Amino acid sequence: MFRFTKNTIPLLSKTLIKWTSQAQDKRVLILFQGPRLFSDAVDDKYSLKHEEIGRPLYFDVQATSPMDPRVLDAMLPYLVSYHGNPHSRTHAYGWESEAAVEKAREQVAHLIGADPKEIIFTSGATESNNISVKGVARFYGPRKKHVVTTQIEHKCVLDSCRALEGEGYKITYLPVQQNGIIRLEDLEKALTPETSLVSIMTVNNEIGVRQPIEEIGKICKSKKVFFHTDAAQALGKIPLDVNKMNIDLMSISGHKIYGPKGVGALYIRRRPRVRVEPIQSGGGQERGMRSGTVPTPLVVGLGAACELAEREMAYDHAWMQKLSQRFIDKIYSKLTHVIRNGDATQTYPGCINLSFAYVEGESLLMALKDIALSSGSACTSASLEPSYVLRAIGADEDLAHSSIRFGLGRFTTVDEVDYTAEKTIRHVERLREMSPLWEMVQEGIDIKTIQWSQH
Amino acid sequence: MLLRESEKFPNYNFRSYALRRVRDAFKDSKNLSDAKSIKKEYEFAKENLAIIRRQVLIGDMYKTEKLVIENMR
Repeated sequence: MFRFTKNTIPLLSKTLIKWTSQAQDKRVLILFQGPRLFSDAVDDKYSLKHEEIGRPLYFDVQATSPMDPRVLDAMLPYLVSYHGNPHSRTHAYGWESEAAVEKAREQVAHLIGADPKEIIFTSGATESNNISVKGVARFYGPRKKHVVTTQIEHKCVLDSCRALEGEGYKITYLPVQQNGIIRLEDLEKALTPETSLVSIMTVNNEIGVRQPIEEIGKICKSKKVFFHTDAAQALGKIPLDVNKMNIDLMSISGHKIYGPKGVGALYIRRRPRVRVEPIQSGGGQERGMRSGTVPTPLVVGLGAACELAEREMAYDHAWMQKLSQRFIDKIYSKLTHVIRNGDATQTYPGCINLSFAYVEGESLLMALKDIALSSGSACTSASLEPSYVLRAIGADEDLAHSSIRFGLGRFTTVDEVDYTAEKTIRHVERLREMSPLWEMVQEGIDIKTIQWSQH
Repeated sequence: MLLRESEKFPNYNFRSYALRRVRDAFKDSKNLSDAKSIKKEYEFAKENLAIIRRQVLIGDMYKTEKLVIENMR
């Protein structure tokens, strides 16, 4: 907001200076009358008025997805009527809940080609990641004290690794290439006989790149290292098979696949057996790896979401491809100096991270008030720091500041995409026209060569 | 029938999706000829019809204000 006034006031006062010598007084005056003068004097396209009313459009599916009505329909009976504890073995209430939980386990397992016994229900992907990273590292800790991960992992994996570092483990954070994908040679070089676990996410939450999971799985298998992947953003969107891809542990989240919030799952391979040290102590539910009563309605919802995802995967993916292509074509046809962060082909099409050069991301977000967007992951959306993921792929500081993530989902419509694209184009043009940097670029000055003083 | 009920979803996104999905599902199974798979699709459609009816009711109970895009027209 301040930048907004900072840029416009000199522009306005420049003309006024010609009329009067007492420009200083006038400038103060303009400051107070700012909005009124502004709308009179300057073209309508600078106006920030939000003439449209209504709820904003949802374009942040990577943060969380709306729950599918079919999922809610499956959950409701267990919220309303069947309230039994699935671990109660002595009465019918327990049995019916247990049957529902076991059915959900099958549904989850079927989606990733696993055995139902290998699925463990948790509170979300964060907990699954914690159990995997800390659990495996600690269990094999006496013999192996090394974990390999990447710089673009989700915060919960990085933070778990940080905790392990405090306990004396060695962690290797693999760098990624410009397109956001790791180099397989780097991974091979990083593996040592000391390595117990490799943790690499399938689809990145901020830039949507897909890592070569199958190849990574092969390398890990040949070196006899456990391979954990955080598939929260990938599950149900791209085909995954734990046996074909040699995945030993996989984190699953409910609320990223149109399921309920507060539930997730962890796949842990049984043959060869992967052992983890549980984080939570208690009644020994879920094969002792995650104690605590399993929440029947949530788990049923997760199961239903997985079954739906399996049935709708191809249909949804085609829709995503169509929408994202439409969106990108629209943006590129009207705007220059737009950079897509992350690889263009090795990616999940529903996550489009764009950097609009010479526009500040936060001011663009403010201007696009009637579209729910974010500049990166929801966990870091409160801070103005540029995203560590974008810094890891080598984006310049200024570009990292000007990036916005557009998340498309099952319930996004063509009209919404058109509306968002048009609004984005309009506001990027508006903000660029106000920016002195953009003016200099138009005149052919290379911004990077300027020596800024007083900094 | 499915379309008519889907039309009643108060939520814009759910409504658009339901309409699109039902249309595409019918287009996909247009050429089905053997009685068994037709019966299967019919049962599946009946199940979904029941779901849509229930969910429309729930949606009606917890309505929100309309989206920007709906107010434009």
